[in-house]
Amino acid sequence: MGVAVLLKQVPDTTAKISISGGRVDEASITKWSISPYDEYALENAIKLKESGFGDVVAITCGPSRSAKCLTEAAAVGADRLIHIISESPLDSIQVQSLLSAAVKESGCDVVMCGKQAADTNSGSTGPGLAASLGFSCVGGATEVSMDGGVASATRLGPSGMEEVEVGVPCVFTFDKGDSELRRPNVRGIMMAKKKPIDIFAPDDLGVDVSNSMVSIKSHSSPPEKQPGQKFVGSDSIPEVVSKLREEANVI
Amino acid sequence: MNITIISESSNGSLHSVTAQLVGAASSLGGSITVICPGGIGSSDAANISGVTKVISVEGDCFENYDCSAWSESLSPLAEGDLLLSSSSAIGRELISSIAASKGIPVVQDVTSLTGGLLATRSIYSGKAIEEVSISPPCAISLRANSFESAGEGGSGEVSTVNVSQDVAVAVKQALAKASERLDVSEADIIISGGRGMGEPANFSHLNEVADLLGAAVGASRAAVDTWEEIPHSMQVGQTGKTVTPNLYIAVGISGAIQHLAGMRSSKFILAINKDPEAPIFGVADYGVVSTWEEALPVLKEQLAEMLSN
Repeated sequence: MGVAVLLKQVPDTTAKISISGGRVDEASITKWSISPYDEYALENAIKLKESGFGDVVAITCGPSRSAKCLTEAAAVGADRLIHIISESPLDSIQVQSLLSAAVKESGCDVVMCGKQAADTNSGSTGPGLAASLGFSCVGGATEVSMDGGVASATRLGPSGMEEVEVGVPCVFTFDKGDSELRRPNVRGIMMAKKKPIDIFAPDDLGVDVSNSMVSIKSHSSPPEKQPGQKFVGSDSIPEVVSKLREEANVI
Repeated sequence: MNITIISESSNGSLHSVTAQLVGAASSLGGSITVICPGGIGSSDAANISGVTKVISVEGDCFENYDCSAWSESLSPLAEGDLLLSSSSAIGRELISSIAASKGIPVVQDVTSLTGGLLATRSIYSGKAIEEVSISPPCAISLRANSFESAGEGGSGEVSTVNVSQDVAVAVKQALAKASERLDVSEADIIISGGRGMGEPANFSHLNEVADLLGAAVGASRAAVDTWEEIPHSMQVGQTGKTVTPNLYIAVGISGAIQHLAGMRSSKFILAINKDPEAPIFGVADYGVVSTWEEALPVLKEQLAEMLSN
């Protein structure tokens, strides 16, 4: 029993991304944060713990700097911290193999993470991890509560917001909901600094990360927009509308 | 190359993005199998030009959406070197789950794909573009409206497979109906409002323009965070949706970096804002310095007149 919450460290969403030598220049990124959807997963994991459902184990996979996510999670109530150290880019199978091994190690039967991370916006980890662990999966959840071995979740399904029930073990991926994210208090921050982090290398988890099936060829900046035409006042709208048809050919 | 496509459906029929997936697959060459979960749209899928085979997968588990149950039903049928789906919420989940069960990598939300498997996608919600090479067998989801649709007139052979898969996720009750409106992630034209709209009720003016154009209505993060009437599903930008419509109309949106990232790759951008210094004008092809109160009625009138001709 227990909840594993997966946290990914990403450049803060306000960060400018610059390219140097065909790669994103990570050194120029000054602020790194827990990916926003993962924060909702963390909040819900802490709420589950408060309702009596076992410990919260925070897990991150990434370079040394990502340890900060774990300390932040500890400051709001995570009980155990696991850092899988990985310095190089990984493909989805490698990420899921590492996380799967860590979840098994934690003994948790509920996994929570964001529906996608704010860097690649892929959304592969939650459902992929569920498949590799043999867990059920509920995506796009905004709230999860637990009664015995059965979870009740609110999710955005194909036909709208709905309430679903699912047994554990299960992976929940989170969308932004109405939950207010808690902020750590001073005592939490002090305690978190002292909290030990269990560090695993991919080798320790029996996962080979030497051969990625996806390799990055290049990063580039999006094409700069040409300076546009500017008009003043609503009187110009008829001219703009005719340009949308004649020049841009979009209406 | 043998390519398998997971079809996309909406409201009980085949979604048009499926023809775009076939179009993308056709440009790579090889045989194309389309798998239709729940059997939805299988005859329409067979009619798409270039489709070799359609597998209509039927069973009780398709009544409601259960990622694991669907994935376990479809996975044994998804053969070949390349698996394709749309990058809708369900498309992404299903393809991730199927890829994981097959032990193959997945790359999501790709906007261009060429042989040898070179794929392009935007990262950091459009702040940068990534080109990756992927070794098959692999799975790739494609962004809607980024690939040419294959035409009609195909004659794929349809077979039906019945599955009996246990479901783990039970729908207890519907809480709110999905919006009848087109989603921003699949619209050719989007009109979005920001906090400059003053109050959420004023989005009705955007809806009216959207109805004229067949457009989707979006919102900035500031609008979504300020007003609970504006749902997160409408949010364009980082922590929301990244969009690339033919026309993006931004009304009362100043243009925070997160918003610009999510919409700057739109083909054409029209910005309406009363502040001539608003950053949104930096990416706009057409910028109109005006309040929305003055601009929208004229816009509506002009569009109605133009489109009635």
